[in-house]
Amino acid sequence: MTPAMSTVSLATLALADSRFPGGGHAHSGGLEEAVHRGTVSGSEQLAEFLHGRLHGAGAQAAVFAAAAAHAAARGVPPDHWSLLDAELDARTPAPAQRAASRAQGRGTLRAGRSALPSRALDELHATTGSPHHPVVVGVLLGAGADRSPADTAAAMAYLSISGPASAAVRLLGLDPFEANAAVTALRAETERIAAEAARTAGHRPGSLPATSSPALDLLAEQHQRHHREEGRLFAS
Amino acid sequence: MQAEHQHQGHGQHVHGQYGHRHPVDFDPTSAGPDPFAPAASGSRPVRIGIGGPVGSGKTALTAALCRTLGAELELAVVTNDIYTTEDADFLRQAGVLDPGRVEAVQTGACPHTAIRDDITANLDAVERLQQRYASLDLVLVESGGDNLTAVFSRGLADVQVFVVDVAGGDKVPRKGGPGVTTADLLVVNKVDLAERVGADMAVMLADAHRMRGELAVLAQSLTDDPAASAAADWVRRQVAEHRAAVGPSAE
Ligand SMILES: Nc1nc2c(ncn2[C@@H]2O[C@H](COP(=O)(O)OP(=O)(O)OP(=O)(O)O)[C@@H](O)[C@H]2O)c(=O)[nH]1
Ligand SMILES: [Mg+2]
Repeated sequence: MTPAMSTVSLATLALADSRFPGGGHAHSGGLEEAVHRGTVSGSEQLAEFLHGRLHGAGAQAAVFAAAAAHAAARGVPPDHWSLLDAELDARTPAPAQRAASRAQGRGTLRAGRSALPSRALDELHATTGSPHHPVVVGVLLGAGADRSPADTAAAMAYLSISGPASAAVRLLGLDPFEANAAVTALRAETERIAAEAARTAGHRPGSLPATSSPALDLLAEQHQRHHREEGRLFAS
Repeated sequence: MQAEHQHQGHGQHVHGQYGHRHPVDFDPTSAGPDPFAPAASGSRPVRIGIGGPVGSGKTALTAALCRTLGAELELAVVTNDIYTTEDADFLRQAGVLDPGRVEAVQTGACPHTAIRDDITANLDAVERLQQRYASLDLVLVESGGDNLTAVFSRGLADVQVFVVDVAGGDKVPRKGGPGVTTADLLVVNKVDLAERVGADMAVMLADAHRMRGELAVLAQSLTDDPAASAAADWVRRQVAEHRAAVGPSAE
């Protein structure tokens, strides 16, 4: 594995930035549904929600982002991307979660083809126009100069909680300082999850760790159902 | 995309060497809602953004344009409502175009972000429509009702219309903002209400021209002219100019 760089690359920062135009702003990661249920109504519950999301969906996404970065850096044959994609599908049982991941993956791919073009990205695009979000993030960062699976995993884990935190501010009018502090309170855990993900980055796709987060799966499915019935602001 | 997928070395078992096919649920494209390749840019329909404050008449104008132009142009609509499907439902129920030609976008409570800073969801919606109707001439993109600073990104809309409402007061054009000052067409709507709200149309239009220089301004009442004749003419010209610039859409 390539050693981690001592500084974080600009590409990593740009991808983790909420200003990255990949469609992430319209996804709440289940937070909107949790708000409608009354599960999250203030900053304290938001902190708990984010903790669960980081360790569930966030950890799973980090694992695949790191693996994709590792694969892009070592120059795998193009059929590797459909393997990674299929393995992440297998670890994402809820159709609504798959759809949310693919929608963000599609947007990130579109924006990434302008911002960080690479042959690996073209090969991924040729495999599917709507790849999973973590796989795209991994390819974008792994194919570039930075090539740090740990940083890629950290960016991915961060994205899994920054979106819901921003959604909470918009939906509940939370104090933005408190919502932001709920994110940064998870920095040590995020780093631990990223380091863990980097350790398995070189595994065969089929052997990558599987994390389940049934509560988030259920929230995602409920969100879709309620969107059909009464309308929801966020796409997930 | 195909429902059957031939693949190699997935998990424990290897199918590729036997070459057999079987239905799988893990197809990279099966769960994605829109595995469509973007259409070639040379042949794509012209995209016209319709923006403006809440309630100014964007949906009414969109419906009127569909009614007036539906028979002569292949058109489709993307809506960006705050509450997601209200405008789309209205258009579908108005019977001005068939339901498959309307796509609603969820904006995550930030309608201006969805048309300006991050146009991903809108581009996805446009691509879905292009995939469904291969020879579209025109896609109208209605923004969610927003403020005077909300404009469409040039990456989403080729040209844009900004709709303001006489009943919002005759001060609106001189307040300015990028919508009023830079949109390709400013529509001052609901002129039938001017008298009722004490709006001075002369002031409103003079201010609009002063703020906009050479850019087009149009006053209309959809109550008096449900066909939106003048706006429809403007749209026809945009479609013709786009065709002249990039060639006819792929038939
Ligand atoms: N009197 C009058 N009413 C109009 C005119 N145009 C639209 N309206 C009415 O104004 C109201 C709002 O129109 P919409 O088309 O829904 O406005 P909108 O800009 O799409 O609103 P949002 O999408 O909610 O921002 C409706 O009740 C329309 O019937 C007009 O020219 N005159
Ligand atoms: Mg409307």
